Amino acid sequence: MAIADVKEYTHLSAEQVEELGAKLDAVRARVEASRNAADAAYIHRMIKLQRGLAFGARVAMLAGSYAPKERKLFRRGAMVTGSAMLGAAKILENMEIGHNVMHGQWDWMNDPEIHSSTWEWDTAQPAEQWKHSHNYVHHQFTNVLGFDNDIGYGILRMAREQKWSPVNLGQPVYNALLATLFQWGVALHDLDIERIRKLEKDPKEMKRQLRQILRKGRNQVLKDYVVYPALSGPGWKQTLQANVVSNLTRNVWSYVIIFCGHFPDGALHFTEEEVEDETRAEWYLRQMLGSANFEGGRALHIASGSLGYQIEHHLFPDLPSNRYPEISVDVKRLCAEYGIPYTIGPLYKQYGQALRTITLLSLPNSWTDHASEKYGDQAVPTAEVADRRRRSDSERPHRRSELGGWSRAGARAEA
Amino acid sequence: MAVRSAVRELDPTKQHRDWHAVRSLADKLTTPLHPDDYLRYVNPLWTSREFRGRIESVVRETEDAATLVIRPGWGWRFDHQAGQYVGIGVPVEGRYQWRSYSLTSTPRRRGRRITITIRAMPEGLLSDHLINGLEPGTIVRLAAPAGDFVLPDPPPAKILFLVGGSGITPVMAMLKTLTRRAGQHWPLPDVTLVYSSPTPDRMIFRERLEQLAAEHEAVTFHPVFTDEAGMFTLDRLDEAVPDWRDRQTWACGPGPMLDAATEHWEAAGLPDALHLERFSLEVGDDVGEGGTVSFRDSHKEAEAEPGTTVLEAGESAGVGMPFGCRMGICHTCTLTLVSGSVTDVRNGDRYDQPNEQIQTCVTVPNGDCTVAI
Repeated sequence: MAIADVKEYTHLSAEQVEELGAKLDAVRARVEASRNAADAAYIHRMIKLQRGLAFGARVAMLAGSYAPKERKLFRRGAMVTGSAMLGAAKILENMEIGHNVMHGQWDWMNDPEIHSSTWEWDTAQPAEQWKHSHNYVHHQFTNVLGFDNDIGYGILRMAREQKWSPVNLGQPVYNALLATLFQWGVALHDLDIERIRKLEKDPKEMKRQLRQILRKGRNQVLKDYVVYPALSGPGWKQTLQANVVSNLTRNVWSYVIIFCGHFPDGALHFTEEEVEDETRAEWYLRQMLGSANFEGGRALHIASGSLGYQIEHHLFPDLPSNRYPEISVDVKRLCAEYGIPYTIGPLYKQYGQALRTITLLSLPNSWTDHASEKYGDQAVPTAEVADRRRRSDSERPHRRSELGGWSRAGARAEA
Repeated sequence: MAVRSAVRELDPTKQHRDWHAVRSLADKLTTPLHPDDYLRYVNPLWTSREFRGRIESVVRETEDAATLVIRPGWGWRFDHQAGQYVGIGVPVEGRYQWRSYSLTSTPRRRGRRITITIRAMPEGLLSDHLINGLEPGTIVRLAAPAGDFVLPDPPPAKILFLVGGSGITPVMAMLKTLTRRAGQHWPLPDVTLVYSSPTPDRMIFRERLEQLAAEHEAVTFHPVFTDEAGMFTLDRLDEAVPDWRDRQTWACGPGPMLDAATEHWEAAGLPDALHLERFSLEVGDDVGEGGTVSFRDSHKEAEAEPGTTVLEAGESAGVGMPFGCRMGICHTCTLTLVSGSVTDVRNGDRYDQPNEQIQTCVTVPNGDCTVAI
């Protein structure tokens, strides 16, 4: 069985699928050839804005800390402003800058400071581990059960094809915890706790990864929860609170955006049989069927790291994010031409659907109505419910070259 | 190769150690970024994360050559050896283009400037941009000085410089340094310069060289204007410099000239007396295991000795390898490793995942490997 059997495009012949793939290749080639100084200016502008926000936030908090006690309103205002700016800086850094730089979207600039091999982002997970768990495991095996660890992040049951267990009853709680502690969930993601629990993980590699996480996490915690509060003297408590709020804001926001990428209704899951002998064009198709966009203005798209263009991002993960709006015009046209669904909706609706799936799938399949989520009024796929364990790298096919720069040894997480 | 972080750690002065301590404290405030990542928005030169420089002036040397006077930013050590080259990266349509050029300034802190002299190559869009398109004030990227085309200290008593065209640039730095430092620890060696250029007008540094020869008895300058006198072939060397066999020779110029020189000195049984400029990293010949490097898309192969980089292997096989700084800074040379394993000569990191991105200029093969080009 190959992906061509998935019903959304069984109406396409193998030739048509390859033709669609060639047209998407042409879109890529066109964008690659037209990258220019304006694109470079865009990422430089984003980085400058982010650094300005981060610097301004710290200054505002310090000003609030050292202001006279009787100027209550000023103190409060400065803290709230500082916290909001820091939250915005972290969101911008993690999403539109860090995530996209680490995909290699800006490697074409030959700028050693804005390069996937050297970027280290402002969150607890070491960049190197992110590039493995995200650029490779998630982007290559998007929505393939057992292969893509982003389906529920090993914590949530997100597909009916995943076996139910009583532990899943707690899903709404795990979900709330994941949202608030998202940074730390992501930090542990590449460790693959499931494999550690089953004693399948190479102890040497585990130690190496843990050391990296501890070093990076320690620096992150020290900065936000020790050093800046200490510098705030009398206002240490307020600064600490403000930093907690900023990190929390970033956590919840990035969690929401990420859950809108592959969990809204219409974003399909695949089985390993479906990706057997997958061609490049079929890989494109799987990305289109497995991803969901959301609508919004320019500011919302930037704040969400251009992941509102999730479909475009999954087709071309290493093309500059500021080009996604332009690329989406072509992708939409191709979807219409070939009769492929282009899943899109407002942000609240997309997240609402993800939340509904989390809640419904905390219960066994037989207790809930199949047709109510994911498949709308379409027939439910007949794939067997199976205990799909996670695969290790040795069981996964090799990385595809179109997924952007990724290297295990190139990036060090010492910062 | 001067890896910057290593240089910083080896820095002996107390002032630098204190400065380093302050910086690592400040790192705690800006982690995972460096303080420099913020400071560069105050002044673009206030960062030592990557070397930067500001173009101070562009001085025309000949119709098609100019000297760039550059003020390097933080972290620059001004301790290069005369004859070494630096990488310079300038953004062209959003993309940094990197080239390496010999430094023409002598190594010293005073003045805090370095100079490189560039000749616009026919079809060389970047060299043309560098000498005609750079406004003073432009910020450029720099890569640390490198190269083993240098004079020993103390220099040999008798030297011959054999130069063609823009090959004068490293030799100019050597001549300046020799004449400046002579008399401190050693006398000025007996120096002869044989320098070919099509016409007097196109000869870079002609007036300065004439002046040097006039000022110093030990310096002999043999200009050869090839439009009139024809190519300076090495069978004329006996006539021009009868004692060339007694001299240590440094040669820099077009490839065919260097090939001829290699042959000539080998024929004379003096291969060790000839030193050539090679634009490449100093890689020990014990790094990596060597092996056959296959270039997948061009269907070519090359045998690499230990210490031969993937880039050099590709060039020897006639593959159109992309390259920039040739020292691991600029990423222009990055290619996808399809299979096999390579080692980064700078830090010993091994790359052996299929489809890993490798910088071909600083990686050597461990056994057979395949790259996608």
